[in-house]
Amino acid sequence: MAVIKLQRPKLNFGEKIYFGALIKGFILTMTHAVKSLLGKSASADSMASSGLGVTMQFPEQRWDEHLPEYYRGAPALVTDEQGRERCVSCQLCEFICPPKAIKIIPSEIPSDDPWAKVEKRPKEFDIDMIRCIYCGMCEEVCPEQAIFLRKDYLITGLKRADMVHDKKRLYEIGGVRTGLVNKWNELK
Amino acid sequence: MPDLLFQLAIILVKIVALTFCVVLPLVPISVYFERRFCAVIQDRVGPNRTGIPLTLLGFKKDFHFFGLIQPMADGVKLFLKEDFTPNYVRKAFYWLAPALTVAPALITVCVVPFGSPITLFGHKENLVIADLDVGPLFVFAVSSLTVYGITLAGWSSNSKYPLIGGVRSTAQMISYEIALGLSIIPVLLYFGELNLGKIVQHQADHGWLLLPLWQNGSLGLPDLQTALFWIPAVIAFLIFTISIFAETNRMPFDLPECETELVGGYHTEYSSMKFALFFMGEYAAMVIGSALIVTLFLGGWSLGFGLDKYIADFHIGGFHFGGLIHLGIFIAKLIAFILFFILVRWTVPRFRYDQLMKLGWVIFFEAALINVFLAALIIAAPELTAAIIGIGAVLLIAVTAAIIWVAKVSEEHPKPLRA
Repeated sequence: MAVIKLQRPKLNFGEKIYFGALIKGFILTMTHAVKSLLGKSASADSMASSGLGVTMQFPEQRWDEHLPEYYRGAPALVTDEQGRERCVSCQLCEFICPPKAIKIIPSEIPSDDPWAKVEKRPKEFDIDMIRCIYCGMCEEVCPEQAIFLRKDYLITGLKRADMVHDKKRLYEIGGVRTGLVNKWNELK
Repeated sequence: MPDLLFQLAIILVKIVALTFCVVLPLVPISVYFERRFCAVIQDRVGPNRTGIPLTLLGFKKDFHFFGLIQPMADGVKLFLKEDFTPNYVRKAFYWLAPALTVAPALITVCVVPFGSPITLFGHKENLVIADLDVGPLFVFAVSSLTVYGITLAGWSSNSKYPLIGGVRSTAQMISYEIALGLSIIPVLLYFGELNLGKIVQHQADHGWLLLPLWQNGSLGLPDLQTALFWIPAVIAFLIFTISIFAETNRMPFDLPECETELVGGYHTEYSSMKFALFFMGEYAAMVIGSALIVTLFLGGWSLGFGLDKYIADFHIGGFHFGGLIHLGIFIAKLIAFILFFILVRWTVPRFRYDQLMKLGWVIFFEAALINVFLAALIIAAPELTAAIIGIGAVLLIAVTAAIIWVAKVSEEHPKPLRA
């Protein structure tokens, strides 16, 4: 192993006495304190601060309108413009999901259904939000563009059962998405 | 006999009022200030929500009051936590240690003068629990017992990091006690008095040690001797303050409990109220340390500028309540100094252990010793002839130069045998 000789910096008398650095430090921290109390901290405006430091105070102030386009919140299922469930229960998301948060029970679509040609839809579709790590792999892997990460971030519950999103809840969060995949539409 | 009972009752009232209603509440308040102030320094908000939850009782709004209830909530949390005792500890000492750290800090309260005397029904009472004539010595004697608590905690935990923390703390506190004791000798020489109450009275009459700008109630520049004594006073103040930081294990000298190296230091194995006692002891030591600095150097309860005798004269009938105003002034000064402690903690990074020891033994010890002689020379100057003063000054400078030279030489590294 090569020996690297470190050259300690030569300190002059003022630096050795250390008081100058102390005073400088006090000035620095007090400047921060005063600016923070006046609501003039650096980038307080762009952070939409509450007027104390750069902090946005949560229940009253929300980050919602500042969320970036690529924000990954709670995953949700979507329906298309004709009210059809996009999910065909191929279970790719269930297999890709790193923390194994998704559980799907597929079911046949009865032959008298107008969308009988889709063949399958999920009977149960549960996402355990305690396990979910918001990685977005389910969205990436879905061939039907049926699952999306929405901007919902306040996923809370009083017990574990509350934190499992079932199919109904997932469609509630997801809503309708138009366009995208249209291979199941009627040929014109 | 009734007289004795009356005396005992007064002492009890003073203990309860001053220790439990003035100093102990300062501990959670300083914790609160610590959290809010550090938050503000770091551009955050800090605990500002915990209040009285009026919405639970059906009111429209909660009563936040800047989160001042937060320390109480912390206390309740610590009371309700599981008090876990690992089965590999030395139980008796493990249980004794927290008490040994808190008790000395609270006992030292008894010599701190909180205000000028109060007169009620013609009975004059000093606002100090025990008007000892050996105030600072008593404080040093008792507060150095704190080290037993910390050492015992480290040793009885029977675990490596607490032990290292305890040993570090022992070495640190013993080292800095020397600088601490030596640094106030000039102050005691100046006042010629060891009674803290009389020291403060003297400062109220003749100007604070660090601000000697009035004399017997009238503003004016000090005479030459007092002005010259300002130099050793400032040196003593710096050494004393920094040593108090080291004694109370505060940042930048909190090596006994530095999280990055020792998990939690000597209280790693403690939980719940036992941990809270260590925490409280540390903050109580900080409060007492600030009280001592304020008392010795910054005029204690006096407002200064010759206004104290007017305040002491305030009365309604036979009730002279000036002492209570002085109590308020003292607490204001105390809180200001605690804020300074907090500012230092969030400004200065932690020292290395060898730097800490070098600061204590090589710099402060010598500086305090030289300071004692400098102060003695200044105080004795009026009674000496010019020749003797000159010889003394030359000797002092020579000794100082010699000590600086020795310190410099000792710092040089030996040349390696092979390059």
